[in-house]
Amino acid sequence: MITFPLPARWQMVRGTVIEITHSLPTMFYSHKKSMGSSLRISGISKTFGQHQVLTNVSLQVEPGEFVTLLGASGCGKSTLLRIIAGLIPADEGDVALDQQSVAGLKPSQRNIAMVFQNYALYPHMSVRDNIATPLLMSRLGFWARQPMLRRLWPGHRAILQSIDEMVCAVAKGLQIEALLGRKPGELSGGQRQRVALARAMVRSPAVFLMDEPLSNLDAKLRVQVREELSQLHKRLGATFLYVTHDQIEALTLSDRVAVMDHGRVLQCDTPKNLYQKPANLTVAKFIGTPQINCWAMQVDAMGRLNQGEWLLQGKLPLPAGSKVTLALRPEQIHASHNPSHFDQEVDVRIKVKLTRLENHGPEWIFWAQPMTGEAVTLTVRASTQSWPQLAVGDPVWLGWMLQDCLLFDPQGQRLDLELTPGSPH
Amino acid sequence: MKPKAAAFLSHSLLLCGALFMLLPFVWMFFTAIKAPSEIFEASMWPWPRTWFGFAHFQEVLKSAPMGRFMLNGVVVCAGILCVQLLVAIPAAYALAKLPFKGSEWLFLGILAALSVPIQVTALPLYMGLSWAGGLNTYFAQMAPFFLSMFAIFLLRQHFKTYPDEIIQAARIDGLTEWEIMWRLVAPAARPALAAFAVFSVVAHWNDLYWPMVVISATELAPPPLGMLLFATAESGANYGALMAGASLISLPMVIVFLLARKQFIQGITMTGFR
Amino acid sequence: MPNAQLSKPLSTAWLGIGMAAPAGLLLIILYALPLISLLVLSLTNYELGALDFQWTGTQNFQRAWADPVFVRSLKNTLLYMLIVIPGGVFFGLLVALLIHPRIRSRSFYEVIYFLPVTSSLIAMATVWQFLLHPKLGFVNAALKAMGFAEIAFISDPGWVIPSLALIGLWQMIGFNMIIYLAGLSQIPAEIYEAAAIDGMGAGWERFLRITWPMLTPTTLFVVITTSISAFKVFDTVLALTQGKSESEVILYAIYLEGFQYFKMGYAAALTLIFLALIVVASSLQLLKWDKKVHYA
Repeated sequence: MITFPLPARWQMVRGTVIEITHSLPTMFYSHKKSMGSSLRISGISKTFGQHQVLTNVSLQVEPGEFVTLLGASGCGKSTLLRIIAGLIPADEGDVALDQQSVAGLKPSQRNIAMVFQNYALYPHMSVRDNIATPLLMSRLGFWARQPMLRRLWPGHRAILQSIDEMVCAVAKGLQIEALLGRKPGELSGGQRQRVALARAMVRSPAVFLMDEPLSNLDAKLRVQVREELSQLHKRLGATFLYVTHDQIEALTLSDRVAVMDHGRVLQCDTPKNLYQKPANLTVAKFIGTPQINCWAMQVDAMGRLNQGEWLLQGKLPLPAGSKVTLALRPEQIHASHNPSHFDQEVDVRIKVKLTRLENHGPEWIFWAQPMTGEAVTLTVRASTQSWPQLAVGDPVWLGWMLQDCLLFDPQGQRLDLELTPGSPH
Repeated sequence: MKPKAAAFLSHSLLLCGALFMLLPFVWMFFTAIKAPSEIFEASMWPWPRTWFGFAHFQEVLKSAPMGRFMLNGVVVCAGILCVQLLVAIPAAYALAKLPFKGSEWLFLGILAALSVPIQVTALPLYMGLSWAGGLNTYFAQMAPFFLSMFAIFLLRQHFKTYPDEIIQAARIDGLTEWEIMWRLVAPAARPALAAFAVFSVVAHWNDLYWPMVVISATELAPPPLGMLLFATAESGANYGALMAGASLISLPMVIVFLLARKQFIQGITMTGFR
Repeated sequence: MPNAQLSKPLSTAWLGIGMAAPAGLLLIILYALPLISLLVLSLTNYELGALDFQWTGTQNFQRAWADPVFVRSLKNTLLYMLIVIPGGVFFGLLVALLIHPRIRSRSFYEVIYFLPVTSSLIAMATVWQFLLHPKLGFVNAALKAMGFAEIAFISDPGWVIPSLALIGLWQMIGFNMIIYLAGLSQIPAEIYEAAAIDGMGAGWERFLRITWPMLTPTTLFVVITTSISAFKVFDTVLALTQGKSESEVILYAIYLEGFQYFKMGYAAALTLIFLALIVVASSLQLLKWDKKVHYA
């Protein structure tokens, strides 16, 4: 291409024209540097045929927060993510970024980026082209992108160069510059994951959407990438919306976790609160390994829980005969050889017989049934140091503090009550 | 483009194409039931104005042994398919599970033979058959197709994915390789076998070149050759009868296709993707 | 039991040979021997039924290049392929792209477009002969209705090859469509989702950057099968023109020489040229496209 020096004034005009043509595609959405946006989901419902996948889901994510959608397969979390991204339309409800509804905006206009479970890298493009694609699509106009016409567009080379610089910068940040020339098929799972991340990061989006990105990695790599994701979040300060079925990921990475089940959000709270103050029984059973102990009880005529040897007395606002569930985490149950000598303070003491035993190295996990014959199995953790010998069939005393117990009403909602021990008659 | 406009355009394009695809069938059938006077009017509308009935069909059935043609087609295709499977299944099994010296050469040979169509080997095979006095027989019609490279290739792929452990367990249980192959491995590839069967039958039902080379007796003609003989005998303008004949010839395969569509399509896509 | 294991390597090898023997034998009888005899024949001037023959060396091959019928058949076949191959790829792909996203009307269209593939070409060629008839046919009636003069599709040397190509396309499109449909369904939905997020909705850009490149293995297969099919064109010529109006194609020329004139030596030479061309064409395409093919 022949270039000749223009007089200064014309240079200015040419520069302005180029500026305008560059900015044309980006004029349609606010191109912020990734200081995260707030995300508000209100009343989203979605039905596929006969199947109601999401029912009235609402969620508020603050700027820069890391929120996880946690739930078993089929609970609708991936569908919700795709509705937020704009890939699927919702039947009802609205999604707003920074208080502005994104309804009607195409996915590329919503200032979001998504990382997929299977990475979704373009297999025929090099890593460099993969990462550059979002920038190419947004910075270069439609006609400028077409293969032959590109050369006619003024200043295209400058744009391509700046795109290339951004790609290299992002690749360096994720330590994949050496891979830029390769194709996705030549990379390992972990490397592909990074490329997918780079492609998301290069757009400097306000919200990162992640659909089970670690599921396809092996266990060791998963732990490593989890740590890197956490640091990435701190570094970028963007809003992360993460979807997973793995509790550990959810609890370790997130500021808040939204537990979902059959298309509804059961509780959205910090990991600590989810663990200690679950809103309902489903959440309590879902969070925590081994699963929380559940003891079905009945309210007696005097509003108390009578368990024979021990009695719970609290002001239970429930009619007599209602079935409630008492829940207790395994680590909150303490074991001892004799009832009068527990390591910790306990309110309740019962005698049990071991039915199953697992040695996990530093601790035992055993299952036991009360000798009084109730049909309930308690899961307990005990350190192998304090219990060098244990066998199925051994008698053990278990004890716990009533204030550690959680109580759930017949509908499964948690009752926020103080439980006090009573004396059995 | 707005989604509704795009959908409309898409439908119209597809419908235009569909009309083009169906035009010969529609025309063929309706001409076969038109009176000769109407045929000669060269109108643009396929439908006959007056009911002429199936006289053309009767004419065809009288002057050409359609039933015989169909029977020949069935005999030849069935014979070819049987021998193809009898040869291909053991060969594919051996190539997949029982490596022997020279198995690679055999496989390469089969791949190479894939690009040699019947039209190339027709000449020497014809001369050989003619010298052996085997022209104008069912055997002559079937023989060149006994080796199906497609079948061997397809089945080898399938057998390769069959778990070795099951075969080893069967061997320990005392089954012979022959039994393993016929009772365990081959049935597992049933969908592929079904797809291939449909594919093979259609290919050979519609085959013209080789039958034309080796068959001159009308009693042994398969459907396409029968059609050709009929068309040349009919040379002239009896289009009504010609169309009736064409309808009868095409009918069996159309029915087979409508009934076994999935196997058909599977057969084609399977042979394509490695 | 120990016996079974010890003798396994040896016995399975023999068993393998035994099982593959019929195939190997047929390979020799049906392919190797005929090819060798073609080679031998092409070097003679043997005619069927003659009592003796002479070794003529490469005279048959030289005669082929000077033979106006054969040369014309080469040109005709080339023209035929030049119409059918791009047309088959383009329309097969177009139809597949239009049908692929459909749910309700998909089987309907699949059946209609595939119907020509199942039909007997000889029967259908007769129908097309009628359709293209200058006086009685639908196409000319339509042309006349629109004010054009009638065209003698089959008897006019300028129109005959394109008409045959049209019939060939008519039968080929459904087949290619099925192959492309299979190829399209192998593109993961996630890739399209990532493309949507990157700014490519369903449209030209997505086709250009994602769909077409990911279909290159499929396109390779379609081009090769269409080429080989087109190269073997015979039935339509036999049914419609019998080689008249200068419409000979390679296979028809070979058929005439071998089975009408019984000039075996010459026909064998022509056959070998035919085979060489097929092999060269397939290898060329494989090589050219192998570089461009992007395997995931």
